[in-house]
Amino acid sequence: MTGLQAPAGAEHAAILGLGGYRPSRVVTNAEICEFIDSRDEWIRTRSGIIERRWATDDETVQMMSVASARKALDRSGIAPGQIDCLIVATVSHMLQTPAVAPLVADELGCTPAAAFDISAACAGFCYGVSMASDMVRGGSAKYVLVIGVERLSDLTNTGDRGTAFLFADGAGAAVIGPSEQPGIGRVVWGSDGSQFDLIRQREYWPSVLLMDEPVMPHLRMDGNPVFRWASFEMAKVARQALDVAGITPEDLQVFIPHQANMRIVDAMARSLKLPEHVVVARDIVYQGNTSAASIPLATEALLESGEANSGDLALFVAFGAGLVFAAQVVRLP
Amino acid sequence: MASTEEIRAGLAEIVNEVAGIPADEVQLDKSFTDDLDVDSLSMVEVVVGAEEKYGIKIPDEEVKNLKTVGDAVAYIENAQS
Repeated sequence: MTGLQAPAGAEHAAILGLGGYRPSRVVTNAEICEFIDSRDEWIRTRSGIIERRWATDDETVQMMSVASARKALDRSGIAPGQIDCLIVATVSHMLQTPAVAPLVADELGCTPAAAFDISAACAGFCYGVSMASDMVRGGSAKYVLVIGVERLSDLTNTGDRGTAFLFADGAGAAVIGPSEQPGIGRVVWGSDGSQFDLIRQREYWPSVLLMDEPVMPHLRMDGNPVFRWASFEMAKVARQALDVAGITPEDLQVFIPHQANMRIVDAMARSLKLPEHVVVARDIVYQGNTSAASIPLATEALLESGEANSGDLALFVAFGAGLVFAAQVVRLP
Repeated sequence: MASTEEIRAGLAEIVNEVAGIPADEVQLDKSFTDDLDVDSLSMVEVVVGAEEKYGIKIPDEEVKNLKTVGDAVAYIENAQS
């Protein structure tokens, strides 16, 4: 009798290469203050943001995905044809179906790789990294491309004082594959749907269609409860991710939280009591909050500036609309 | 049970840690926003710090009523008793 064959995966998985794409259009706080009654200083003290990147018409979700992925593939030394699965984490691909991932895969030359989108908001990249790591170790894929991409400017209510200055656009990609040493620690992840309304698009699409003058169902956010949850509850999740990876704060070189708001980054870093030597990502200052793209973009920036190095242990923690969250320790490529 | 002065001093320590304001400026008659420049996000951090220190819960809808240091100290005293 022939038995069912179980897949044989790699013992360990790691990020093999990482790349980002920053849109060309720089939007200053002064420009934002043309839409909302605010001031440069107020925006800086509340968010840390000095300027952000917004995509031009040509910088589509697909275009930015492909650009970031090409860099990640080049740096990993993996050819597009070797990719078995491509995951795009996004909330701003403006079709419910089909997903953007097959289109991205085809343009890159990854066809017939498995390809799908995931909707996990700002935690999407970390969700994708965890799934990719498990695929590599489980044997369903040898090389996986994970892309976090957003055009949040399409979903931003430029008249809302609370969020107009916050959201931005960009893409970041990582190639994940087999490794001799553990490169991705166990994920700590979860959700809390009882807080669904804290960050959400205002209306469901059918309600929009019933409006006299339909408008995009923009993102809205209840800032203070989100700040509280992100700053304190997510610090606990970050600590758990260190614990399950068997890492102490002293072993860590880099802390890369989702770039939601500098005040959240600061409060989390304080709450975590990280040692002095740990580099904290602060990419939000010139990039804004790019949701699923923020962690790979911030990671790339630290590697390019030399503040972080290949082989460093980095702690990712991401959190956002859902609410959803995910954290893991990774070894930087 | 901590005295009013002990709670004020404890809260002053938290405000100092969160917002860098000298602890001796954090007096009962001071307004968090107008006198101490504690904005709404820092206030969330102060509230969480106070909850942890005194083992109490300060609901979000109560936070906006805590305008002065004295309001916050009184709230903590009541919540503890």
